[in-house]
Order: sequence, then structure tokens, then C-alpha cells
Amino acid sequence: MLLWYRSAVYFFIINMKETENNPEKRSKPSETVIHIKGLKKSFGSNDVLKNINLDVKRGENVVILGKSGTGKSVTIQCIVGTLVPDGGEVTVFGEEVAGLKERQLKELRMKIGFLFQSGALFDSMTVRENLEFPLTRVLKLKDQNDIDKRVEEVLENVGLSDAIDKMPSDLSGGMRKRVGLARTLIVKPEIMLYDEPTTGLDPITSREISELILQMQKKYKTTSIIITHDMECAGITADRMVIMKDGEYTAQGSFEDLKKSKDEFVKSFFKPTL
Amino acid sequence: MADQAILGWKKWLEGSGDQVIFLKGFFRNVLRGGFEWSEFVRQCYEIGYKSLTLVGTTAFIMGLVLALQLRPTLVNFGALSMLPKSLAVSIVREIGPIITAMICAGKIGSGIGAELGSMKVTEQIDAMEVSGANPVQYLVVTRILSTTFMVPILTLLGDVLGLLGGFIAINITSSVSAMLYFNKCLASIDFTDFLPAFIKTIFFGFVIGFVGCYKGYNSNRGTESVGLAANSAVVTASLWIFVIDAIVVQVSSLLFYH
Repeated sequence: MLLWYRSAVYFFIINMKETENNPEKRSKPSETVIHIKGLKKSFGSNDVLKNINLDVKRGENVVILGKSGTGKSVTIQCIVGTLVPDGGEVTVFGEEVAGLKERQLKELRMKIGFLFQSGALFDSMTVRENLEFPLTRVLKLKDQNDIDKRVEEVLENVGLSDAIDKMPSDLSGGMRKRVGLARTLIVKPEIMLYDEPTTGLDPITSREISELILQMQKKYKTTSIIITHDMECAGITADRMVIMKDGEYTAQGSFEDLKKSKDEFVKSFFKPTL
Repeated sequence: MADQAILGWKKWLEGSGDQVIFLKGFFRNVLRGGFEWSEFVRQCYEIGYKSLTLVGTTAFIMGLVLALQLRPTLVNFGALSMLPKSLAVSIVREIGPIITAMICAGKIGSGIGAELGSMKVTEQIDAMEVSGANPVQYLVVTRILSTTFMVPILTLLGDVLGLLGGFIAINITSSVSAMLYFNKCLASIDFTDFLPAFIKTIFFGFVIGFVGCYKGYNSNRGTESVGLAANSAVVTASLWIFVIDAIVVQVSSLLFYH
């Protein structure tokens, strides 16, 4: 009886660990992984976020759209815990971010990938060292063969196997974004936060990056929040879009739904630019 | 006017509080474990080895100039034989540590301030933080400990090269054997000359690393802030070096020279 019980517990623990590390086994589509309720944030007298409410389900790609300075980046910084909200709550995987201790926050951040606008590559390190950094410092991997295998695999996924020994200064803007994406994906995060992933890129590279985001989302089964001004990127990547105005969400729906909206502010995003 | 003064004091107090929190973070990370040995060694190479030429040349010239300047005065008093002793005591006690620390504040302090400032501006520090890595352990602890470790070593080298400069200067105008000169130098220095000077270089190294890291790590967004971080790291570290020097000299006078 005791043996049976121990085997059952062992099987349960192994299964839990496999589910955590294997993107194929993560999918529970209806589960809400990010829950934001009444989020408020001010900087001095500037009320950036007034009342943000958002639920993101597992596996969903949510695009946040809005003019510059409306608090889109502030929202995702509150999710990852680099900014503390003035009011409201941000819950990720059922845990309120503001109430987490340092160690708990670190554990939560290991499940979240954050792609910065600039790629934020460590410019004193080669591409290989950039990719090894989260493996050795966050996942604490020791086996060099395992590290090399992961680095080569993720670089192949973003189509940059040849750039492995290059310095960030030798890479183009698009390549830097790809390496930045590879560095966040290498730890197999469950949530990806993209801060304007196509800003500063030419239209062809922007499209490539947007398609890469979608491919990686399917491959790694991530839940994503994408902040962008790029309507093509939004069209390619969004399952759902929310539009921000004056620190609040004014509209949400699919790309096609919002394209048909009668609201002048929403319509202004879909006007063709020359 | 009074409002501005209050605001200035408030800002100064907030800054001081931030520095104390930063210092606490440094010590907490030192004690926590997970020390980045490879980065520490790299920083020792960058900070120490790459400063050898600058520190060595400056110390050599300072020793040479000091000997040339001292010589006429000592000749007037008929105390030329005191030249090696005067050189040794002034270089080991004061000129070696101060010159090395000032050079390091300029070269290393500004370098650390600019490097971390630019990492902050380009979101590299944020990227480390949100990935779950520990940027303080990787960037701050290694840099502060390597300056604390390397500045005393650079000072020792500076002392030796300063004395060598003095020897060359003496041999320009007269002829003294190296054996005699260095024997007289070493005989005139004792433990109470060397120890306080060595201890203060440890503090100099710490303050250069700490100020550089603090200014760089807390720089604002924008390229201008990188320059400001570098500049203010040099100015603040230089000021602290003189303050520490004054304190250590006072304390060592009370302990050893009475």
C-alpha cells in the first residue's frame, strides 16, 4: 500500500515537472493567466493609468494599441513587477504581483519573457553569451552540452544560426530583435510580453518579426501581450485587441471587429498612411 | 528661496537614503552567495591590468618631479642625504595612494559610471532584472569588489615606480647606486607608514567602485544621463577620496605617531 502511494506521488511530481517544462503539455485554454482589475498608476501629477481591466487567457495573443504616452508599457511593467501600481490589482498565475516577495517575484519572472523595444542585448557579450546568460544565471544549468544544444536550437528557430559568435554591434536592427526574442524564448516562458517589437524596422523586416512572433507563439505555446503601433503587426499577431485612450481601455475585439468600428478614435488607427 | 533650500535638502536626504539602500543591497548580495567569479576576474583584468600603464607612468613622473623639486630645498638645509627618506615617506604615506586613487577615480570610476549608465539607458539592466537574473550580483558586486581588490595593488606598483622615478631624478644630477638608494628608502619606512596607507587604499578602491556603480545604475533615461553619471562618478569619488584620506590620516596620527 505504502509502495503504491509513493509511486503515485512520484508519478504526480514527475508529471507536474514535465508539464511545467514542456510547452506541448501546458495548454489549458480557458485558464486566465493574467488578470488586471482597476489598475491605476501615476507619475507625479500625471495619471498614466486610470482604470485598466484586462483578462488574458492561456495561449491567447492580446495586442494593446494606443497613442504614445497612454501607459501601454506601464501596464506590462506592472505585470512583470518592475513598477508597483498605485491602485487595483495585477494577478499572474493567480498570484498578486505587488504582494510577492523578492524570491517569489524572481520565480514568477522566470515564467515571463520580456522582449524590449531595442532588443536590450548585452553589448559586451557575443550572441552565444547573451543566450547562455539566462540559462546559467536563471535556470542555473551546468551541463555545457545541454546549454550548447539549447542555444543552437533557439537560434535555428529564429533563423540566425550563423550569427552565434557575432557581437550585438555587428547585427542589424531586425537581427537584434530576433536574438532578443531567442534570449527570452530560451528559458521557455509561459507568458511573452512584447514592447513595440517592430518599432524602428523597415516594413519587410517588421512583417518577418510579426510572423516570427506568431510562429514562436505556436511552437512554444506562450500567452502573449504585444504592445504595438504597427497595424500590420497587430493584424498578423492578434487574437484580440484592446485600444487604450487616456489611461483606460476604450474598445476591444478582434482585428476585423475593430476595423469595422464606428468610433472615430478606433477608426483613426485603421486609416491608411501614405 | 527657503522653499528651494528645503527642496535641495530634501533631495540630498533622498539621495543619501538611496545610497544607503544601494550599499545594503551590495552587502546583502555579497553574503548571499552565487558569486560571479568569471566576471570578477574579467573586471580585475579590465580595471587593474588595463590601468597599469597609466598608473605606472603617472607615479613614475610624480616620483621624478618630487625628487627634482625636493633636492634644492634639502641642499639649502644641507640635508641632501635625507632625500631618499623624504621621497619614500611622502610617496608611501600620501602621494602614491592619492595619485593612484585619483587616476583610478578618473579612469575606472567614470568607466563604470558610463558603462552601467549606458546599460540602464539601453534597457540591458532591466532585461537582466525581468529575466529573473540578479543584475546587482553580476554588475555591481563584481565591480565594487574588483576595484577594492585592484586599487591597493595598483598603489603598491605606483609606490615602487614612484621611488624608481626618484632614483632616476637623483641620478640625473648626482650618482647614487640603486642598492644604496633603495636600502635607504626601505630603512626609512616602517610598518606604521605602510599599514594606514595600505588600509586607506582599500577604502579608496571601494568608494571608486561604489560611487561608479551607484551613479551608473541609477542614471535616468537618455544619453545625457550617461555623461552625467560618468562625470558625477568622478567628482563624487574624488571628493570621498579626500574625505577618507583626512579621516585615515587623523586616525593613524592618533594611533601611531603620538
